[in-house]
Amino acid sequence: MEVSKLHIEDVYKSYDGKVILDNIDLTVRKGEFCSVVGPSGCGKSTLLRLILGQEVADQGLIQIDGQEVGVPDTQRGIVFQKYSLFPNRTVLENVLMGKLFTKGKWWNPFYRSQDDIDEAMEYLRRVRLENAADKYPHELSGGMQQRAAIAQALIMKPPVLLMDEPFGALDPDTRDELQVFLLELWERENLTIFFVTHDLTEACFLGSRLLVLSQYYTDNRGEHAPGRGGRIVADYPLPKVANSMAVKDDPEFQQLISEIRESGFDPRVRQHVSQFNLKHSDSFQTLLPEEHV
Amino acid sequence: MKRSKLLGIYAQPQGWLKITLALLPFILVILAYLVASDIRLTENPSDKLLPSFHSMLDAFERVAFTPDRRTGDYLLWQDTLSSLTRLGLGLALATLCALFLGLNMGVFPGLASSTVPFMTMLAMIPPLAVLPILFISFGVGESGKVALIFLGTFPLMARDVYMAVRRIPAEQITKALTLGASELAVTYKVVLPQIMPRLLSSLRLSLGAAWLFLIAAEAVAATDGLGYRIFLVRRYLSMDLIIPYVIWITLLGFLLDYCIRAIIKYRYSWYKSE
Repeated sequence: MEVSKLHIEDVYKSYDGKVILDNIDLTVRKGEFCSVVGPSGCGKSTLLRLILGQEVADQGLIQIDGQEVGVPDTQRGIVFQKYSLFPNRTVLENVLMGKLFTKGKWWNPFYRSQDDIDEAMEYLRRVRLENAADKYPHELSGGMQQRAAIAQALIMKPPVLLMDEPFGALDPDTRDELQVFLLELWERENLTIFFVTHDLTEACFLGSRLLVLSQYYTDNRGEHAPGRGGRIVADYPLPKVANSMAVKDDPEFQQLISEIRESGFDPRVRQHVSQFNLKHSDSFQTLLPEEHV
Repeated sequence: MKRSKLLGIYAQPQGWLKITLALLPFILVILAYLVASDIRLTENPSDKLLPSFHSMLDAFERVAFTPDRRTGDYLLWQDTLSSLTRLGLGLALATLCALFLGLNMGVFPGLASSTVPFMTMLAMIPPLAVLPILFISFGVGESGKVALIFLGTFPLMARDVYMAVRRIPAEQITKALTLGASELAVTYKVVLPQIMPRLLSSLRLSLGAAWLFLIAAEAVAATDGLGYRIFLVRRYLSMDLIIPYVIWITLLGFLLDYCIRAIIKYRYSWYKSE
């Protein structure tokens, strides 16, 4: 098997004694569009911050391309919901920032080369922002800002692109448009994407693989065990669908969503750890004896 | 229903009405002065308290356009030059130090832990209370006055810069790191350019305090300067010279303020637009 892009094993994280992530196991191969959903408080943002290196796991292993992750660096790109762009720089300058950091000398804050500008303009064309190159971020609409942020991250060709509810602050129409846009980009560039969202429809529409993170499950640790943290309770391969919004109205698609909503989002429905729906071929689970024996 | 242009919370004074309203207090104060001065001068033509505009113009002409009999200098320009030099030196030092300290405090938590409590205490010291210490340790020459302005403005500006750095979203720092930035690049290529306009507005707000300390220091010990002159002629009750000096100082302060505002507006068009 080829080396997986992202590999997570036995990861735990807690804050002030409250367990947030409880034995997370995950491996993501190149070219996967991995979307992560879950009810609020399931730890999906925490998981993203751990992969990003903003925070450190209490236990466990997180690797990208076989290397353990440290503080944030060029091993992964990131697009946040907002604040991804530098407000004091134009769109073109924003996209060039990565080049300034990696190719420019430390003493030269004005480093630029024509090759880099051409490359940045090429990326701006791909996100359809070539006409906004000289605008400042505050002059752009929310959707344009997010497209600029995607170009800014992509120019560094990160092994994994992390996205933290990138379309969460957009109005529904812009959101639909950007979803289609992101799918096209993903197919064309063969990106590996780790996409966190609280919107189940969005996750099912976008992903080639769907992970459900939830704190609503049971195991054999007993009723009085300390509170259970979020765990991957479902891992589906999703069919590649046409990049059209019409699929959202498809009955099969609706069926899938209601199934996930029940198994992952409903506090009254608790599956046992040994019965999780982990259908994806890359899925694996390292259960402790006390959890399932 | 038509809304009033002048009264009520929905009023929107516009055009000439707005200009007239703005000028009104100025005109009223000048009128009141003229009337009061006229009353006093008719009673006693040698009254010094409220001199006429004519005698003030005379005094201004004397200091601005006639060489001083003793030194041959034009007093007003000499005083202005000395005062602005002290003010400029003090503020330039304070701004530079505040920028570098505040910036690094904001970016590096380790440095912040060891400096924030100290800077907070430093800002509490009333600068005028340490003026004697400054004069004793720096002498009554230029350095004592510059040191007072520095001490009076630096702690607050540093704190302001520190707060501005802390307000930059953590997402931006993370983003820069994922784009390959080193910690130094984050500090000087991401954070520094973003806090420049904030530094300038902080400098703008410090101007008032700086003038206060300048004039206080010049009043206590100096041989020239705007503050020195006012306090010198006070002995002769020369209101005809003091009032034009005060107006001149006000004008200088206004001009400096205006320049900084203009720089912020044109150089940093993205600022305050989020």
